[in-house]
Formats: sequence, structure tokens, C-alpha cells
Amino acid sequence: MDWSQSLRLVAPEELLSVAGLVLLLGSAWAKTARDARAITWLAVATLAVAAAIVAPWAFGGVRGAETLAFYGLFTADAFASYAKLLIYAAAGASLLIAPAFFERVRGYRPEYPVLVLFATAGMGIMVSATNLLTLYIGLELNSLAAYVLAAFLKDDDRSAEAGLKYFVLGALASGILLFGISLTYGFTGTTSFAGISAALQSGVSTGALFGVTFVLAGLAFKISAVPFHMWTPDVYEGAPTPVTTFFASAPKVAALALTMRVALEAFGSQVSAWQQIVIFAALASIVVGALGAIGQQNIKRLLAYSSINNVGFLLIGLAAATPAGAAGMLVYLAIYVAMTIGGFVAVLMLKDENGNQVEQIADIAGLSSHRKVLAACLAMVMFSLAGIPPLFGFWGKFVVFQAAVEAGLLPLAVIGIAASVIGAFYYLKVVKVMYFDEPAMKAVRHSDWIHQALLAASALFISPAGYLLTKCLGGLAAAAAAALFHAA
Amino acid sequence: MIGIEHYVIVSSVLFVLGVLGIFLNRKNVIIILMAIELILLAVNINLVAFSSFLHDLTGQIFAMFVLTVAAGEAAVGLAILVIYFRDRGTIAVDDVNQMKG
Repeated sequence: MDWSQSLRLVAPEELLSVAGLVLLLGSAWAKTARDARAITWLAVATLAVAAAIVAPWAFGGVRGAETLAFYGLFTADAFASYAKLLIYAAAGASLLIAPAFFERVRGYRPEYPVLVLFATAGMGIMVSATNLLTLYIGLELNSLAAYVLAAFLKDDDRSAEAGLKYFVLGALASGILLFGISLTYGFTGTTSFAGISAALQSGVSTGALFGVTFVLAGLAFKISAVPFHMWTPDVYEGAPTPVTTFFASAPKVAALALTMRVALEAFGSQVSAWQQIVIFAALASIVVGALGAIGQQNIKRLLAYSSINNVGFLLIGLAAATPAGAAGMLVYLAIYVAMTIGGFVAVLMLKDENGNQVEQIADIAGLSSHRKVLAACLAMVMFSLAGIPPLFGFWGKFVVFQAAVEAGLLPLAVIGIAASVIGAFYYLKVVKVMYFDEPAMKAVRHSDWIHQALLAASALFISPAGYLLTKCLGGLAAAAAAALFHAA
Repeated sequence: MIGIEHYVIVSSVLFVLGVLGIFLNRKNVIIILMAIELILLAVNINLVAFSSFLHDLTGQIFAMFVLTVAAGEAAVGLAILVIYFRDRGTIAVDDVNQMKG
């Protein structure tokens, strides 16, 4: 291993950090909305280049020693590359939808793309971390940028409150995670994932068990799994919608991929030590996500509970602790990102006759009578989130449940399927309000073309046409999961 | 003789105090920032004590990173607090309740 090899493997993160710094410098001179838009497009182009760098690694299924950089602190294997492709796509989408939204409230500043780039670099480090130190640095780089993004509309008191809540609970989560890291380090004598796995081979001491539990609790905060989900609805509601789109997609992918790597690689030799925790978090997330959403009036809050619910389904794949479970999670994640982006872009397109954003579910009553395509797309996202075949959301749930059943977790799968029926209730309620209630208002017809294009793309992905991708997506996910288990 | 368990007990107590400081405090958001610092310093005690106990430098290097990130975190936290105060004119914890449910 030499330095040039290491620097080549971290090329996407280098590119994103350098581009972030250069654009930050450029944004000091950016005066008009046109400059801010130009910086946004440059940031999107940077993400595209970074995706082009990692794509061959994801498609090539690279794994093993040649993917390790900086003496085993960092890996650019197929698993990390797959997660990075999803993260870059989600970050790019949240950049593209931003200018049209913020310019209406006169809040668009070029710092938005810069912060998203820094957060994305942090997420890349998170999913590539093979050492607790790298994990922590990546997580904080992502979180610090995310706190600022939540409070981005600084004249809006809901946005400021969302930023404050996100900061306090995020910092607490980092503290819990760090305490777990310090205990894990103390009782295993190393911070590298491979070393921890080897040290735990002979058994888990009480101290190490505390470490594992605290680390998983800290990560559960970041993926907003129950019982550490309480910040999610408030932050999702208060943050500006493009930022909420970003929070619900990219950091969720990164934190889940990180949780997978920590659980299966670092703690992979002691599955029984964390399996119960994950099963509990999965079931609690599914149930709380489904029940909590029922009374919600705000559609962003509803989508927040929906994301808690979806994290529960994803954790079922982790509880299986098999390559099939990990591959199922990765397939689900790709579909989840498309559904989330489609859902939030549709929310962005909901405007009243004065062009102001609409967030209350009561206000979208009768949407189908004047915005047929938008209502159809939103209905498709809702059906897909509920996991109703033939939409693609069903496939994600199916592969995860299949892996759980194969791993002998039949009761978990049965309870999960029963709870997804409860969850279907509130998704269908939105569809009912849109299609069968008296029209509440006259919505404006005009939407930004980027919003329309992104909504169309994600609707196409989650439509039955998505099943054409199952082979390609499944192959990629299987190669990524194989890379994860190869190292374990 | 002071052994590793004494350090772990002290740091655990500090950690719990920090967590309670966040949840039981109903007064002021600044106190929450102090509680967060307390948590991070508890972690640092752990890391340095384990590092010395294991004769392994990793823990001390980790503590340096934690200190650096803690400084950045405090800066971001105070910045958010300042814009929050500008909007609402208060930083009492009980007033952070525009959104709930």
C-alpha cells in the first residue's frame, strides 16, 4: 500500500471537499440569484463526476485488500461504492430542487450547495469507514453541515427551531455513540473493525457489550429508529422542504450503510449480542411509524413517520444478519430513495393559488380534479410506500422479508407484514383525500420543470416498469453485500 | 492504587450527568450546550485512561479528534442558537415548542 494508491481510492471524497472549498470561496463573490444557481449546477456536476468515479467500483464488485486505503482506515469496496452512488443521486436531487423553492422565499444563498457538498463528503467517509475514528469524523462532518442546513431559512422561526432541535439531539447521539466507541476501544484494545471482530471472537465481556449497545443506540438516532426517533417529525416539518428531502434520503442511506458495516463487520463475530436490539428497534419502528402517522395533519410530518416506518422494514434485513438480508436492504434503500425523492418533490409542487407552499393534508383535498398528473404521481408514491404490488415499493419489502424468513425469523416477518397493513391506512387516507374529497382550493398549474422532471423520473422508477431493473439492482446489491461479508 | 475501573466509573458518572443535564434541564439552551461538552469530556477521560492502560496511542489520538470536533460542534451550536434567539427573543427550553405531535 502506498500513498498514491490511497489517494486514488479516496478520490471522490477529495473531489467533493476541494470542490466544496472552491465553491465556498466562489460564493463569497456570488451576489445574485443567477450566481447561486450557477454554483448549484457546478455542485451537481461535481457530484456527477464523483458518481462516475465510484460507479466502476460498484459495478466491478471490488473487495478485499486492494480497496483499503491509509493503512486500513478507509475502504472503497463495492458496498461503499453502491451506497455512495445512492447518496450522490439523492444529494444531486436535493440540490436540483432547491433554487426554485428558496427563490420564492428569497432565501436562496450559494452556501446551500456548499453545505450539501460537505455533508456528502462526510457521508462518503461514513460508508467507507473501517475504523471507529474514520466513522466518527465522517459522521460529524455530515452532521455539522446538516445542523446548519436544517436552520437554513434563518428568518423562519420553524426552520431555526428545527435546526436547534436537530443540533441538540444530534449532539447527544454523537455523545452516546462516542461513549460506546470509547468502551469498545477499551475492552477490545483496537478501533479497527477487523481488529474488533477478531477480539470479540472469543466472547463479549460486559464492558464490550455496553460498548456495542451504546454504539448501536447512537447510530439508531442517526437512522431515526424507535426509540430514538423523536426528533424526526419536528425536524422534517420545520426544515425547508428541499433540506427535508435531503435528510430523508442521503444521510439515511449513509447512516444505514454505516450501521450495516458496524454490525456485520465490527460486531459480526457476535451476532447474538446485537440481534435482539435490532429486532426490537425494527418492530418498534414499524409500529410507532404506522401508528404515529395516523393523526398527522401535516404532510411532511406524515412522511417523517413514514420514513421511521421504512427504517423498521430495513432493519428487518439487518436482523437477518445474512448476505441475502444485506443485499435485500440495499435494494430496498435504492427504492426508498426514489420513493422519498418522489414524495417530497410532489410536496414541493403543491402550491395554492398565490403560489405559496401547501403542507396541510386538508389543503390538498380534491387535488385530482385540477392537477391530475401530480395527484396520480403522489398517489403512486403513497401506494409504493405502503408496499402495494405491482408498484416497485413492494419488491423492496418482499426481498427483505424473504431474507428474514430464510434466516429463520418467521415471527418477525409475520409481525412486520401485519404492521404494514396498519401502515397502509394513512397512505390510503392521503389518496382518498386527493381523489374523493371536495376540492379545497384552486392550485396553480405552473411548476418548475426540474421538479416535474424529477417527479417523472422517480415515478417511472417506482412504477411497475421498475421491475425491469430488479436483475441489475439485485446483482449490484448482491456484489456489494458480498464485499461486506468478505471483509467480515 | 487507582485502577482503570476508577476512571471508567468517573467517566460514566460524568456521562450520565451530561445526559440528565440535557433531559432534566428546563431552563436554558446554553445549559444543554454545557451538558454536551460534559458528555464529550467524559468520553475523553475514558479514551485517555484506556489508552494509558492498554499502552496504545490510538485512544489519545482519538481524544485529540474529539476535542477538535467538540470545538466545531460548539461553534455550530452557538450559531444556531443566535439565529434562534433573533427570531424568537428567548432561549428558554420550554419555549422551543412550535412543532409537536
